[in-house]
Amino acid sequence: MSTDLLIWLLPLPPLLAFFLIVLFTRRNHALSHSLGVGAALLSWLGSMVIFIRAINTPHLGSHPFGSDSIVNWLPTGDSWLQIGVRVDPLTAATLFFVAWTILMIFLYSVGYSNYGQPKGDHDKPGLQPHGATISDEHGHKHVVPSVEPMYSRFFAFLGLFACGMYTLVVSDNLLTLFIGWEIMGLCSYLLIGFWYQKPSARAAMIKAFLTTRVGDVFMLLGIAYLYSSIGSLSFSEIFKPETLQKLGSTPAVGGILGLSAAGLIGILLFIGTIGKSAQWPLHVWLPDAMEGPTPVSAMIHAATMVSAGVYLVIRMFPLLQVGSTPENISPAMGVLAFIGTLTAIFSATIAVAQNDIKRVLAYSTISQLGYMIAALGIGAYVAVAFHLVTHAFFKALLFLGSGSVIHGVEHGVYHTGETIDPQNMFNMGGLRKKMPITFWTFLIGGFALSGFPFITAGFWSKDEILAEAFGRGYWVVFIVLVLAAFLTAFYTMRQITLTFLGKPRTQSAQHAQETHWTMTLPLATLAFFAVTLGWLGISESFPLIGGLIPNHVHEFLSDTLLVPPEALPFNLAPLLLSILVSLGGLTLGWLMYRKQSSAAEDPLQSALGPVYTVLKNKYYFDELYDLLLVRPAYWLASTFTNQLLDRGIIDGVLHLIARVASNVGHVFRNYIDKPVVNGFGDFVGTGIKKVGQGLRIIQTGKVQQYLLMALVLAFGAMFYLLYTVIPH
Amino acid sequence: MTPEQIIFIIVAVVTLTAALSVVTSRNLIHSALWLILALFGVAIFYVLLDAGFFAVIQVIIYIGAIAILFIFAAMLTRRVMQDSDPQTNSTWWLGALIAGLLFAGLALVLTNWPGLSTPASPLAGDSEKIRQLGLALVSPDHYVLPFELASILLVAGMIGAIYVAGEKKR
Amino acid sequence: MIPLAWYLIFAAVLFCIGLYGVLVRKNAIAILMGIELMLNSVNINLIAFWRYRSSQGIAGQAFAIIVFAIAAAEVAVGLALIISIYRRRNSIIAEDMNMMKW
Repeated sequence: MSTDLLIWLLPLPPLLAFFLIVLFTRRNHALSHSLGVGAALLSWLGSMVIFIRAINTPHLGSHPFGSDSIVNWLPTGDSWLQIGVRVDPLTAATLFFVAWTILMIFLYSVGYSNYGQPKGDHDKPGLQPHGATISDEHGHKHVVPSVEPMYSRFFAFLGLFACGMYTLVVSDNLLTLFIGWEIMGLCSYLLIGFWYQKPSARAAMIKAFLTTRVGDVFMLLGIAYLYSSIGSLSFSEIFKPETLQKLGSTPAVGGILGLSAAGLIGILLFIGTIGKSAQWPLHVWLPDAMEGPTPVSAMIHAATMVSAGVYLVIRMFPLLQVGSTPENISPAMGVLAFIGTLTAIFSATIAVAQNDIKRVLAYSTISQLGYMIAALGIGAYVAVAFHLVTHAFFKALLFLGSGSVIHGVEHGVYHTGETIDPQNMFNMGGLRKKMPITFWTFLIGGFALSGFPFITAGFWSKDEILAEAFGRGYWVVFIVLVLAAFLTAFYTMRQITLTFLGKPRTQSAQHAQETHWTMTLPLATLAFFAVTLGWLGISESFPLIGGLIPNHVHEFLSDTLLVPPEALPFNLAPLLLSILVSLGGLTLGWLMYRKQSSAAEDPLQSALGPVYTVLKNKYYFDELYDLLLVRPAYWLASTFTNQLLDRGIIDGVLHLIARVASNVGHVFRNYIDKPVVNGFGDFVGTGIKKVGQGLRIIQTGKVQQYLLMALVLAFGAMFYLLYTVIPH
Repeated sequence: MTPEQIIFIIVAVVTLTAALSVVTSRNLIHSALWLILALFGVAIFYVLLDAGFFAVIQVIIYIGAIAILFIFAAMLTRRVMQDSDPQTNSTWWLGALIAGLLFAGLALVLTNWPGLSTPASPLAGDSEKIRQLGLALVSPDHYVLPFELASILLVAGMIGAIYVAGEKKR
Repeated sequence: MIPLAWYLIFAAVLFCIGLYGVLVRKNAIAILMGIELMLNSVNINLIAFWRYRSSQGIAGQAFAIIVFAIAAAEVAVGLALIISIYRRRNSIIAEDMNMMKW
């Protein structure tokens, strides 16, 4: 099959699965998940074929796949807005991790939604499954996990989401990219609020949608500005040197802050990423998005959707780079660097004080994305792309692992009947023995996140980012990122220690069980990649092992840019520093929490004191936004618009008009209709009656009087004739 | 003044007086008797006009039948009206006025008519007058149709009078 | 010779007296008498005109004969009606016969 056709067909299987499940196979769980997993498998197959073809094509960056299949789509006056597909090295790398993670998550969802289990006792659609009571042959009653009531719906939405992500990745123009972006936004909304009967889920879904919407509006402004400047949205058009130069030399509309057009467009597009990838200040939705089921958190909020934000800025890097000189980065890149760095340290500090297993991972995602944005801001293109790929794998692994942990603890909850929060890490402990596969894969993922030296992919990609920051001389960024790396390692080890090591702190943790193979197989697969991928990106100049495996990552990805960035020479300082903070953080975390008992409070609380409260409450940003934005909006809606404008003014005007009309009607009725019109009518009637009554008098019934009258009138006529006729 | 004119004047005065008495008399029987006199006067006029046949017809029919009928009717309805009641109705002045006006108008018309003073031409073939009248009344070329219709009218009147005035069978 | 005018004026006076009687008298029989006077004056007129203007023909006389017949019939019927009314309402005052109205 030709590559171009294959690329066009990639988003199709998940979309078909969505429609088929929604329309036909809703009741049949087996058919629904088969359609879902089958579609993911088909797209995975297509992506792998394309990936293999891509890495075997030299000069893919200058001649990407798909440049021959452009379609005229929207007529715009004399010309057409054209859309097409594009697979250059960046796309190929993205397709790789997108296809794998989507497939793994589809498979995981089968087990997570408790396929094959009995229906729950009190389960209804819209709420989490709460367990089913079954009795065995002796009549003992057990509570077992129950099947998710909205089983097929989950796969349908995942299918739609996958279609959106594939569309975004393979598109060659900003418009279809935006379409995929928005489809994913919709699916994020639908899936965060999957258990829609829960009030917290409902609030979270709206919060997510509205917050990303803020970013999307600015992004759309950027797209519109770009289109109006150069008349095209296609990447190949935008990244031509003469287009970039033109954008760089025109000042931005309104002369905002002295930016060029390219700078303003870049910043506007980046604001879209701030929303989608949950950077500060639009980070508030991602922790609340953990209300959704864990596969959703894994896919959308770790591996794919939030990565789409970073993908966008990586893709638009040439535009962002316009105006930067070897000494100074361009204003757009400066914004990226600032926001990224701030986000990285900000959310890492919050993560150390969280007790929910998924929240820690959410803040960790925000922090890692901040890493990537900061690195892109200082120009480390290849490192960012590399870290994007590795992060997707180990973050998805970590989330799926946490889902497995939660399922295991829930099993214990059903068994013992305790009422505890199965997601709170302080209710876990000692799960290493109960859930070994989950433990080992989670450990690999956690080490990758912390950057455990040499054997995890996370080390290689994170180290490259730190090396770039150091090597290009951005000291502030470097120091902050190192601090964030230390905190990352610390909280990751805190999480692993609290969850898996030590002794079980509750009965439920005591009775936890390993999960189904459909959940543990994806964990193992992702763990494999989390380990091995890093070895493809070892810098050539690394001591000892550098050069053993060629730096495929660098070679392949750097081809995407017209001016390939050269690899930095090896520097020992950032390497040592990164090993130090990684191992140091891990050790500190293990030491602090290995003896944690259930009754004791978090030792961090006594260590940090009031700072701990601030961190636990996420720097009170949610409360700040509520005060500054949410309440005024409510006020505006309910008081101002509803009462003042709508009821007071508009309804007032209407009531006034009604009263005036009514009064005019009254006046007309009482002063014109009744007296004049009715009066005239009555007057005619009574007048005729009175005339009749008057005339009645002459009808006396007396013959002589009749004769008299006749003669009088006859005489009248006769005299008239006499005096007019006779004289003549 | 020729003798004819004197006779005329006397008869005219008598007749008119009788007629006035007819319409002003309180007693109905007296009115009927005065009517008989008036009719006599008219008969004499017929004689003066060389229409002797009509004079006889007048006497026989009008006086002999009609006036007698009046007396019968007056007798039959005598009880209800007293002779002392006023005989004229409430609007008698208007009636008098009208009658006077009518006379004035007629007189005016007559005096302005030139043919008024036509002298009487001598009659031609007077012995044949009655025969002529009889033939005219039954001849299809002349007046048989009005004659027949008049007879039908008399029959109808007779039947009607019998029916209307007849005693209703109980 | 008697001028035509005398006959005509006499007939006119007789007619007016008869009209006065019709219009003024209460008693229904008296009204009929007035009508008789009027009919007689008409006859006088007819015969006078016949005698003075067209004595060769017979039309005037024929007309007068018919008038006689009519008058007789009319008196008969009229008196029959008065008798009938008298029987029913016990009155022959013309003013009391006022049912021919609304």
